[in-house]
Amino acid sequence: MDHTTKSIAYVRTEETPRSAPPSKSGGVGGWLKENLFATPRDTVLTIITFLVLLWIIPPVIDWAFISAVWTGDNREACIGPDTGACWAFVDAKFGQFIYGRYPLEERWRVNLAGLLLVAGLVPIAIPSVPYKRENALYLLIVFPVLAFILLTGQFGLKPVETPLWGGLLVTLVVAIVGIVVSFPLGILLALGRRSHMPIVKMFCVIFIEFWRGVPLITVLFMSSVMLPLFLPDGVSFDKLLRALIGVALFSSAYMAEVIRGGLQAIPKGQYEAANAMALTFWQGTRLVIMPQALKLVIPGIVNTFIGLFKDTSLVLIIGLFDLLGIVQQNMTDPNWISPVTPATGFVFAAFVFFIFCFGMSRYSAYMERRLDTGHKR
Amino acid sequence: MGTDMAHQESVSAGADDSGRASLIYDPRVRGFVFQALLIIVVAGLVWSGLTNAHDNLQRAGIASGFGFFKERAGFDIGQSFIHYTNDSTYLRAFFVGLGNTLVVAVIGIFFATVIGFIVGLARLSKNYLVRKFATVYVETLRNIPLLLQLLFWYKAVLSILPSPRAMGIEPGSEIAFSLNNRGLYLPRIVPEAGASLILFTAIAVLAVWFVLGRWAKKRQMATGQQFPVFVTGLGLFIVLPLLAFFVTGMPLSLEYASLQGFNMVNGWVIQPEFMALLLGLSLYTASFIAEIVRAGILAVSHGQTEAAYALGIRPNLTSRLVIVPQAMRVIIPPLTSQYLNLTKNSSLAVAIGYPDLVSVTGTVLNQTGQAVEVISITMLVYLTLSLLTSAFMNWFNASVALVER
Repeated sequence: MDHTTKSIAYVRTEETPRSAPPSKSGGVGGWLKENLFATPRDTVLTIITFLVLLWIIPPVIDWAFISAVWTGDNREACIGPDTGACWAFVDAKFGQFIYGRYPLEERWRVNLAGLLLVAGLVPIAIPSVPYKRENALYLLIVFPVLAFILLTGQFGLKPVETPLWGGLLVTLVVAIVGIVVSFPLGILLALGRRSHMPIVKMFCVIFIEFWRGVPLITVLFMSSVMLPLFLPDGVSFDKLLRALIGVALFSSAYMAEVIRGGLQAIPKGQYEAANAMALTFWQGTRLVIMPQALKLVIPGIVNTFIGLFKDTSLVLIIGLFDLLGIVQQNMTDPNWISPVTPATGFVFAAFVFFIFCFGMSRYSAYMERRLDTGHKR
Repeated sequence: MGTDMAHQESVSAGADDSGRASLIYDPRVRGFVFQALLIIVVAGLVWSGLTNAHDNLQRAGIASGFGFFKERAGFDIGQSFIHYTNDSTYLRAFFVGLGNTLVVAVIGIFFATVIGFIVGLARLSKNYLVRKFATVYVETLRNIPLLLQLLFWYKAVLSILPSPRAMGIEPGSEIAFSLNNRGLYLPRIVPEAGASLILFTAIAVLAVWFVLGRWAKKRQMATGQQFPVFVTGLGLFIVLPLLAFFVTGMPLSLEYASLQGFNMVNGWVIQPEFMALLLGLSLYTASFIAEIVRAGILAVSHGQTEAAYALGIRPNLTSRLVIVPQAMRVIIPPLTSQYLNLTKNSSLAVAIGYPDLVSVTGTVLNQTGQAVEVISITMLVYLTLSLLTSAFMNWFNASVALVER
């Protein structure tokens, strides 16, 4: 011992004691430690969040499933001190929620139109399916015409007035017409806003900023109350059509701004290249600029669609019965009035809206990832 | 931008050989003709619309103009921040509606921002439970229409609360806090003589705080010495008004709500319509703000954090001094449009009966039939609000923006 302390050099003569193994970093314990209890602050947060969840989730599950009423013919079933959701109400009114007051024997036409829509949407949504151009033409031109014939009843089909339409049908009609009209109109407005012609540019800027600056509800009021005033005597539009005009103009302004973002992101060289190839303005736009610009802003376009889809619910304020409107109307049905009916109806409507919007946003995220890899190459 | 220049080049190229080619190939001539056509079409539409409106109004016997604003309104408004009775004019009713819209928008923006920042940060948390909770919040709320959420809060939550009697509130007793189907009841602070001194003290402290901040920043720039501005300011802000409160002989008292008959009287009441609108607007907008905050923070490159750590700056200071200032530049522009959206969305109040601008003007429209005037003025107000907000936010954005070469 004496010998070793005097020497400057350190030579170990015996084995060091083994240190304890590092705390587990794999498995369930390791995962918990890393993700839930990494620091004292984390532990506190975890406990608080857990308590909040404990406070929220069991009552919700109890309300939606355990204490819920699944069968019944009228309000009697849903009246009770501790009843949860009254799903029997949704079950009884399901037809109305989907078709509104569309005649029972004609509902196959709505179903057929829906089927035609799905037949067009599915292949265009899957990137590997060919014939995208034909598919888009079908969706933007052929399908709207077919759906119009089927739903309103042309060529020998029994006419169905639009006041009879309702429920998810109206929601989808408003949303799809809004999308189909706002897309080309938005492209034109975006091009106009970037035009070198001062008057065209000014009109487009005023148009876009005006619609973006006012709430949709005032637009709907305007189209339902003010529009008839500006039409010649004797000319009158259907209420649904007036709402459609309002929604389409409103959403085309938003669409224009999204597309303008895409146009601005295209390098100047692309425009110059198109000019150098002696393409006219429209050729260059159609063949060089737009394909790139639209591809860049697909997520933005889908987000506008989602916003539009949610905004369709506003038509209930001007007296149309979209999904939310018809759910709300049925809540006041004396046969089904109960303390839990409103919550049940709203939760059902929320679920339907959620499925559509969440689906679209997931799809947009998927496309974003797909296109992103293309760019990073 | 780039295109404009490209177009200009093609324009001048076209002008050079205009002698050789036919006139219809000259971009300047084409542009001129096209714009002239556009003006003619738009002017024609406006003209025919106006003449139609004029004829239609005459047929309906409605005189156009804003004279009706001076007439007696004759309807009641549930909530107003300026004096209003049903004997007041339409103009006054209009301002009551505008005031209600502004109040709910300002308070909604405050709550949406606070909740949005918390949720946005929670989505980036390393804690699994917190992160997932925030994700579920965002995905649920932003995928359900706002109108549905408002109706849900109003009709399925607040309206089915029990009445004050059913809650077992004794008639005549004083209640400090009660949430029932009549609204949220809280005590009201009643100022007595001398209470204004407290308010003045508070305002004076704020001014001192501001000057102190300027001075401390100047001193730090000059000498490098720091001064605890926030702690000092907050301390003064609490202590001095409290001192004023005791010096003036405690001139504030609380007025409690109580039940008389079937109605609650006195106290400070927040009506269910207002609560539902505020809840819906702030929770919905917060889900969008959360995503903006998250994207803004993710936009600051990780190298910035590593650089700060390499300089020995602690994690808390790193986020405050390095990450957040850079993230704010990304966050502010989309945040502006969310504030605008919230203000415009407050017009959905009409669906749940909160007397906002659209709801009040809707009543005015029904009573007077002056559709054109009423709707255009409503739209003009929202346009002005939008332009003012975006002007303010642009100014703010410019003041935090990175000064680049």
